Amino acid sequence: MTLEYLQNYWWLLISVLGGILVFLLMVQGGQTLLYSLGTTEERRDKIIGAMGSKWELTFTTLVTFGGAFFASFPLYYSTCFGGAYWLWILILFSFVLQAVSYEYRRKKGNVYGTRTYDAFLFINGSVGTILLGVAVAMFFFGAEFTVNRDNILSGQAPVISQWASTHGFEAIFNARNLVLGVAVLFLACMQACLYMMNRLGDSDGDFFITLRRMAFVTGSIFVIFFLVFLALLFTATGYEVLTADGRNASVVEMPYKYFHNMTSNWWELATLLLGVVLVLYGLIRSVFSKCFTSGIWFTGFGTFLAVISLFWAAGYGNTAFLPSLTDPMSSLTIRNASSTEFTLTAMSYASLFIPFVLAYIWYVWRQMDKKD
Amino acid sequence: MENLMSVVEWSRLQFAITAIYHWLFVPLTLGLSVIVAIMESAYLRTKSENWLRATKFWMTLFGINFAIGVATGLILEFEFGTNWSNYSWFVGDIFGAPLAIEGILAFFMEATFGAVMFFGWNKVSPRFHLASTWLTAIGASISALWILVANAWMQYPVGMEFDPAQMRNVMTDFWALFSGIAVNKFFHAVFSGWALAGVFVIGVSCYMLWRRRNRDFAVNSIKVGAWFGLIGLLLTMYTGDGSAVQVARHQPMKLAAMEGLYHGHVGQSLTGVAMLNPDKEWNNEEDEYLFEVSIPYGLSILANHDPNTFVPGISDIVEGFSINADGDTINTVSYAERIERGKLAQKSLADYDAARKAGDKAAMEAAQKELSVNYPYFGYAYFDSVEEAIPPVGLTFTMFRVMVVLGSYFLLFFVVTLFFVYRRDLIDRFRWFYMAAMVSVPFMWICSEAGWAVAEVGRQPWAIQDLLPTCAAISDIPVSSVITTFWMFAVVFTLLLVAEVSIMCRYVEKRSKEQLYTPEKA
Repeated sequence: MTLEYLQNYWWLLISVLGGILVFLLMVQGGQTLLYSLGTTEERRDKIIGAMGSKWELTFTTLVTFGGAFFASFPLYYSTCFGGAYWLWILILFSFVLQAVSYEYRRKKGNVYGTRTYDAFLFINGSVGTILLGVAVAMFFFGAEFTVNRDNILSGQAPVISQWASTHGFEAIFNARNLVLGVAVLFLACMQACLYMMNRLGDSDGDFFITLRRMAFVTGSIFVIFFLVFLALLFTATGYEVLTADGRNASVVEMPYKYFHNMTSNWWELATLLLGVVLVLYGLIRSVFSKCFTSGIWFTGFGTFLAVISLFWAAGYGNTAFLPSLTDPMSSLTIRNASSTEFTLTAMSYASLFIPFVLAYIWYVWRQMDKKD
Repeated sequence: MENLMSVVEWSRLQFAITAIYHWLFVPLTLGLSVIVAIMESAYLRTKSENWLRATKFWMTLFGINFAIGVATGLILEFEFGTNWSNYSWFVGDIFGAPLAIEGILAFFMEATFGAVMFFGWNKVSPRFHLASTWLTAIGASISALWILVANAWMQYPVGMEFDPAQMRNVMTDFWALFSGIAVNKFFHAVFSGWALAGVFVIGVSCYMLWRRRNRDFAVNSIKVGAWFGLIGLLLTMYTGDGSAVQVARHQPMKLAAMEGLYHGHVGQSLTGVAMLNPDKEWNNEEDEYLFEVSIPYGLSILANHDPNTFVPGISDIVEGFSINADGDTINTVSYAERIERGKLAQKSLADYDAARKAGDKAAMEAAQKELSVNYPYFGYAYFDSVEEAIPPVGLTFTMFRVMVVLGSYFLLFFVVTLFFVYRRDLIDRFRWFYMAAMVSVPFMWICSEAGWAVAEVGRQPWAIQDLLPTCAAISDIPVSSVITTFWMFAVVFTLLLVAEVSIMCRYVEKRSKEQLYTPEKA
């Protein structure tokens, strides 16, 4: 296997993990709707009961996503995490609050009361999803940073990556990034409604109707924001990068870069369109059919496909997946940011376990749901 | 404050507080998960409801602890990127791989089977449930394996080479990561978790005895906890002895700091009780200790299992003396020379880079050749004086003694506990023992944290031994940001710890009032 092949393979794995993560953010969506849907204590418990058994899977996927990024594209890990410091710290902080809340919220002696832990879950659900969307949006809309490896030789300032002085706040308050952030939030909320419709069924008729109505509202908002995001994406200027010996040789600004990426690789566009169609089908049928509860599988798979196609548009086709607005030559690509051929090969052997991992997760949850 | 402490110190503090909090929860997870699995195995074998109730009791405590361990672990992983970005680039090619593999192989195992363990009692078969409980415990240990392999690599960087074209280290041998140091570190950490969980189980059980509740349940739990803890502690001591030999050979400065030793000898004694002389420097003639009580030949035996081995002190090491992998005394390169050669290495790298940009291959080759000669001292180039390469002696010295003294106490503690618990009348008669056991619980955590302090403070100033000091491993972020996030995490972790302890106490209090044990039918 050549280095180039391995870089493509690992970007594919990153995109798959990203796709699974965004699908599983339905847990955060449920947490966001805790107060709007959970008008009574009993309903809040019901929502928590439905989401509580899945939160660790989302959490673990996030950790693995981070670990895989570190291992396969360490220059991204180094530049973006150390640069957009506040963006990532706030994401992590919200997930810390989540990790204890499911376990502690109903426990006697939890000191701060159930409402505090519910508030933690709401913060993680809303802030966490928006900020993750913002982080992904930087793949397309870029950030203000420079990378200079020579700095390692400077005794006084040896850090190779320098970021804008606002260290992530500029990304959070960037309107284009926020469009994707809000889209991810409402996608997660919609998925949560559809998941609960599937999980809880229509035994509680009123709640089922409330879920369906909320799916319609959140789904509609998601569609609007997603369309705006696609419009911004397809009209955005990206960087066409040529690499030599693991460094950028030339970087050229290219109008409509992502639209061009999608149209020149039919499988990227087809995957995106199929994903969008599945999400819309799952949403529309769930909203307009009185007893359809399988919408989550259509929207879930559709979400997965749409996300991986966006990752492909960001990373493949000589594209900078973290464009530098300050110094285009510093932009990160899957060629200049990756680990070496040796490391990627070693990790590729470990990645062979992924189907096995997915298989046992599927098997275990099938067993758990059987007698539920 | 900003003027007094730099971003390096605050980043170190933030990482330290995250690691300290994380290590409050992880060892209990490592040990209690196995204890729960042992109890559930006993339940499945005997079908005794008593074992089932014991399993569920300790499993609930495990779950309360597990959640907060997960939370702190997330921060720890990402802090390598947020606060140590230069480190992440310089060695990401090597260090990232174990983290990714940990995620793929261990985290999903823990998360998936942990869910079955907690929520699957009536949903899967008893055998499947037991398998899930064991897989959760195994997943926790596999997780520890990968992160400890990564940690050991930072202390003993092997299986890699420096690539001047990319200006970073790259992996050349994956299996070299599983060095003797890594294997020792893994077992030492995991077995210490077993010992800690043993003390925890005994302490909680003694609370029940003290309140005269559920005597038989408590005594049974104490038996499991004491045997498990004793085995764990003996193995911790055995692997700790192995670690001392490894440290003597690969990080002699750390061993010297652990001992507060400046001038070593053949047949070096081990300091038992001593007070360090605060005026002592590596290059003055002050006495090392204000007073000391030593064990003859102790340090030579500890370092090389040979009473006649020379063990170098801090001043000896600064002057270039050390012992090699065979335990022989060698005179290598003084720290002053290392700094010079480190600067030469960086100059060669700059020459290489200039030649690369000019496309001069001959000059590149020449510079690379020069660089490879001096690269082992690359990190010393960031220092201006040899003092900067010496770890904080006082803290390392103190923490080592705290670990050893408390470790020895707990060996005695387990033996006494077993003696008491197998003598029916003794465990019931000596009520002071209950109080002693309860008071001992926090000291086990202090012992465990002290061990980590020795390992991590003793290796300062290095992020990666000899190659990258912490001052060159950081991110380019304002110190005010790091101060803010330090306090954010300090406050939140503390509040969550308070909640965790409170929930545990309330749970133990409530459940201990219920009947947890029913006499078995004859």
